[in-house]
Amino acid sequence: MRVFAFLSRDLACQQAVELVTDYLEGTLSRSARRRFEAHLAGCPHCTEYLAQMRETISLTGRLAPEDLTPQMRDEFVDLYRRWRSEQQ
Amino acid sequence: MSRPWPWLGGRPARPILSVMDSEGELLLRLRSGDEQAFVSLVARYHEPMLQLAASFVPSRAVAEEVVQDTWLAVLRGLDGFEGRSSLKTWVFRILVNRARSTGTREQRSVPVADPEPAVDPSRFGADGGWADPPEQWIEAAEVRMEVGKLADRVRGRIGELPARQREVVLLRDVEGMSSEDVCAILALTEANQRVLLHRGRSRLRQLFEDEFREVR
Repeated sequence: MRVFAFLSRDLACQQAVELVTDYLEGTLSRSARRRFEAHLAGCPHCTEYLAQMRETISLTGRLAPEDLTPQMRDEFVDLYRRWRSEQQ
Repeated sequence: MSRPWPWLGGRPARPILSVMDSEGELLLRLRSGDEQAFVSLVARYHEPMLQLAASFVPSRAVAEEVVQDTWLAVLRGLDGFEGRSSLKTWVFRILVNRARSTGTREQRSVPVADPEPAVDPSRFGADGGWADPPEQWIEAAEVRMEVGKLADRVRGRIGELPARQREVVLLRDVEGMSSEDVCAILALTEANQRVLLHRGRSRLRQLFEDEFREVR
């Protein structure tokens, strides 16, 4: 991708890392996106950085909620029953 | 043992919503007295609600009260719920409104006030290129996730984020909600939501890098 090297000339790594979220959110302009991608194409460290940001999102997205304790379960059944009786 | 609600037993990721046919069906069951539908809804959202509430109020005990109150308000509001937002967004909005009015935290200022770089500036050279490039840790994290040793650490690291970044990361990345819903729940503009998300994710990435650098 050296063809695009001229595009990345003015984008430093320090600037690139600040664009990662906008890039992933799809809110970069087309030209900014192209410039960012051109930078990545020539920069293994920023490519790794982007992969780590994706991994960060992926790790947090895999947290399963903790189970309710049996006691909490009972409390919520009670809450629900109280609400039902309120309604009658 | 056969149980009518098999997903209540184990710890499947994201239990009910994929199992309940639709939100409409869930609502129908909640309104018609199906207490198991309610319990499974609570089981799914209780913990993220607690974590979210905790960032607005002074103690865990108060957060628990806010969440309890929220569930009662949800039940009482069920008949009036018109489905203009998803049930989940509606529940979380009630929660945040209650947590806000209970909490002592001051009115939120604009989060972009203090710049916070994604990466420590000392890791870059004078030309803005990496001087101390990111250490590789993805593989190590995956191995530990696989053996179930990472989840608690990930939870703990999220807990270390500044409150407002944590709120956004919880809703966007842990709960997988859309930026639109998160803006509605937290009363943020799209731009400020993105700033908080960026800072939160960037901090988390650094915490993970530090963590696995230590391990080696």
